[in-house]
Amino acid sequence: MAAVNRQAFGRGLRAGLPVTIGYLPMAVAFGIVARSSGIGMAETTGMSVFVFAGASQFMAAELVASGVHPASIVLATLVLNFRHFLMSVHLGRRLRPGRAASLAVGFVVTDETYVVGSLEPDLTPAFFLGLGLAAWSGWLAGTVIGAAAAQAIPDFLARSMAVTLYAMFIALLVPAVVARWQRGIVAVLGALIAWAASRFIPSLGPGWRIVVAMLAASAVAVALPMEDEE
Amino acid sequence: MNWITIAGMMLVTWVPRFVPLMLSRDVPLPRWIRRWLSGFPYAALGALIFPGILGAIPDAPLVALGAGLVALVIALKAKSPVIPVLAAIAAAALLDLVL
Repeated sequence: MAAVNRQAFGRGLRAGLPVTIGYLPMAVAFGIVARSSGIGMAETTGMSVFVFAGASQFMAAELVASGVHPASIVLATLVLNFRHFLMSVHLGRRLRPGRAASLAVGFVVTDETYVVGSLEPDLTPAFFLGLGLAAWSGWLAGTVIGAAAAQAIPDFLARSMAVTLYAMFIALLVPAVVARWQRGIVAVLGALIAWAASRFIPSLGPGWRIVVAMLAASAVAVALPMEDEE
Repeated sequence: MNWITIAGMMLVTWVPRFVPLMLSRDVPLPRWIRRWLSGFPYAALGALIFPGILGAIPDAPLVALGAGLVALVIALKAKSPVIPVLAAIAAAALLDLVL
């Protein structure tokens, strides 16, 4: 059992490599933004260690800079993170983790770890924890680099690295759609809904855009099964 | 930014991520809800890719779009996302020089 878990953990680490690379430039940017908002080195790093939520951390840095009350920052974080609640409902069904595993896995649920994990056929808590560690390491390393040195990644490299996560999303989606075209319908619908939301309800923001797209586009899956059913 | 705020942010991030993991595992769900859930990752992928990719490099949407296209073509043949991702980064660097 332990050997099986070690192997799954290693597979998760490897599957998380694109997330590590993709988080680096984002986290460097966060480190720079946070420090220039007047947040100390320790607090900037601490946020990435303990909170581990990209969009919320950027938002918090902006709110701190504009002098918003801390309670509002916490509330805004809660609102922005609702999409991960939905993702965890699905992950719970797939993983069936125990109490301790839920606490650990829950700490590393992000948009990116969720999509990588949920598209993995042999998903186990150990796999997800390996994946989460890869993601968290990239986020943490980037934050420290950005907070300490500001411009440690040359600009041309940071620009091209900014496509990493999008390329990863596409590279995950393509084989999944080739295996089952129904998934492509849901993905295209999700993209259209997200685009329409950004165009017509910009106040929704990227976080809630994903919630609306997930709930609405996935409804198609009720009529068009995405997976083999037991 | 003080540590109490960071602790608060941690709680409101972590709790909604782990509570459903604990609760949803053994709840019996009707088939239509299970099917609905099974669509989540693909809807999320679609929404994460578009329109976000257009703003990946804020002043050069075509560079990011071109890199995405490279990832798509290579992903048709690749076994894991690593090669398409590295190819897309290289393509973005090249396109950034040209465009």
